[in-house]
Amino acid sequence: MGYLDGFRVTFKKLFEQRVTQQYPAEKQEKPVRLHGRHVLNRYEDGMEKCIGCELCAGVCPAKCIYVRGKDNPVDDPVSPGERYGFVYEINYLRCIHCDLCVEACPTEAITESKLFEFSFTNRYDAIYTRDELLVDGDGRPRQLPWEDWREGEDEWTSGWMRATSPSGDVAFENTVAWSGELGHGIRPPEQGQRADGGGE
Amino acid sequence: MTPLVDPLLSGPIGLQEILVVVFKVVVAFAFLMVAVMFMVWFERKLIGDMQNRIGPNRAGPWGILQTLADGVKLFFKEDLLPDNADRFVFKLAPYLALIPAFLIFTVVPVGGNYSTGDGTVSLFGEETLLQVADPPVGVLFVLAMSSVAVYGVMLAGWSSGSKYPLLGSVRATAQMISYEAALSLSVLSVILLSGTLSTSGIVAEQSQWNWNLWLTGFIPFAIFLISGTAELNRPPFDLVEAEQELVGGFHTEYSAVRFALFFLAEFMNTVTMSAIIVTLFLGGPNGPMFGPEWLQSWVLPSLWFFLKLFVFLFVFVWFRATLPRFRYDQLMDMGWKLLIPAALGWFLILAGIQVASDNDDINLALVVIVGVAIFFAGMGLLMLAMRSSRRQRQLSGVTD
Repeated sequence: MGYLDGFRVTFKKLFEQRVTQQYPAEKQEKPVRLHGRHVLNRYEDGMEKCIGCELCAGVCPAKCIYVRGKDNPVDDPVSPGERYGFVYEINYLRCIHCDLCVEACPTEAITESKLFEFSFTNRYDAIYTRDELLVDGDGRPRQLPWEDWREGEDEWTSGWMRATSPSGDVAFENTVAWSGELGHGIRPPEQGQRADGGGE
Repeated sequence: MTPLVDPLLSGPIGLQEILVVVFKVVVAFAFLMVAVMFMVWFERKLIGDMQNRIGPNRAGPWGILQTLADGVKLFFKEDLLPDNADRFVFKLAPYLALIPAFLIFTVVPVGGNYSTGDGTVSLFGEETLLQVADPPVGVLFVLAMSSVAVYGVMLAGWSSGSKYPLLGSVRATAQMISYEAALSLSVLSVILLSGTLSTSGIVAEQSQWNWNLWLTGFIPFAIFLISGTAELNRPPFDLVEAEQELVGGFHTEYSAVRFALFFLAEFMNTVTMSAIIVTLFLGGPNGPMFGPEWLQSWVLPSLWFFLKLFVFLFVFVWFRATLPRFRYDQLMDMGWKLLIPAALGWFLILAGIQVASDNDDINLALVVIVGVAIFFAGMGLLMLAMRSSRRQRQLSGVTD
């Protein structure tokens, strides 16, 4: 009965599991390496990682990063190096979340969190300043009023770093090659990244 | 046997009788509005389920207040009147679509015990039928009103002064008029068997499980269901609206309250058409009767009626979820070359059987066999003629 087959199909759908998710109420689990809004990290002792080298600004294809470096005050240094990022601004109306800034950064100062749900309502809010990007005293990203953070989402602020081995070197994989972060310590590497599925 | 007129109106008519009638009108109106609200929600929810979605679920529990929210929104939107519109007709058309939908429902018996009683109930001490009106020409009234509703759609498209609505209304006119014929011819079979045009009379004739569905041999029911769907402009016959081709069809230029009225009329027509099918073919409120007197007169008949109604509402949504839209020539082919000949032929067979069963000299079985054989032979010949003419057209390169 070719004419009636379609009716069976639609009727069977009535009893199938729904694929829809109740989005604002419940969220899908995000991938660990999702490119979200940036954070500026600190070392475990609370010092800022950014040294104001402007490599991120130079590499940014969207020209959305503006950095000004400044010599550290001698008696109260902000970063362990010679200079620190004294102005750091990212314009999220331009940012394309390509993560090239994260790759360029020599000190792992800038990484991306998993947050992409932020909806500002004016252009000034779109420009995140250094104060807004820096992690707080616990090493967690600052939560701005127009950002939709959920429980546990502020945990993974540097996924990209641990997913990559320098220069694509497979042998290097699962070897910790990154510095510790305030509040999190030295993060463990992801497992099972190698082509043979192995790990330490 | 039911009385020829509603017993409420057979005696002297005083204030109380008028109040009872007014009460019935108000209740029917309220029911229909609630039913439409429910139907819109039900359709969206069910079609969502059939497409593996959730459907409306924000307003109220299970999204049941979604229709109300949409209605309120439409009431507060700006009411546009196109510059090229024929202002009077443009304003009139929504009411021409809506009011017949209301009026059709008034002749549908929604309850009353016809199998062990005479279908009347006691309302405020008055014996009356559970329908707003019971004209002796009920079925004709239904057909007349559904024809008036065509004017609503046709005039809406014509008066908009815009090309898509015009195309939609041209389609509507052709489609609804040709399917109206098949619809009426299938109703004829019911009228022939019941011997009455009154809706309560037709229901009373089906009171002992002798529903017209099988008495008329299923084919008129199938024809009525198909041409009823076409009459409602519901998918797969929604060429009149055909969003993908005609923007919104006849209601492209309508907005706000006037659009809401069209929307209301469309879903109200779905409800009333289902009610008419139940009345004509499935015995209306007839069904198994048991229990005490109040259960038999008030609860059970209405329960059966609404249950049957619900089945057809489900079927209409199911059609929509399953079937793709007809092409215009396919629609016309089906109406004129299949449904109308089938309805007419079947009506002739039923008439022959009716004559044979009334007359002892004629062998009934022979009439049935010969009639059905001639029917299918005729349909076969028709199919053959259509196929050969199509081949002719292909040979001469008119169609592919």
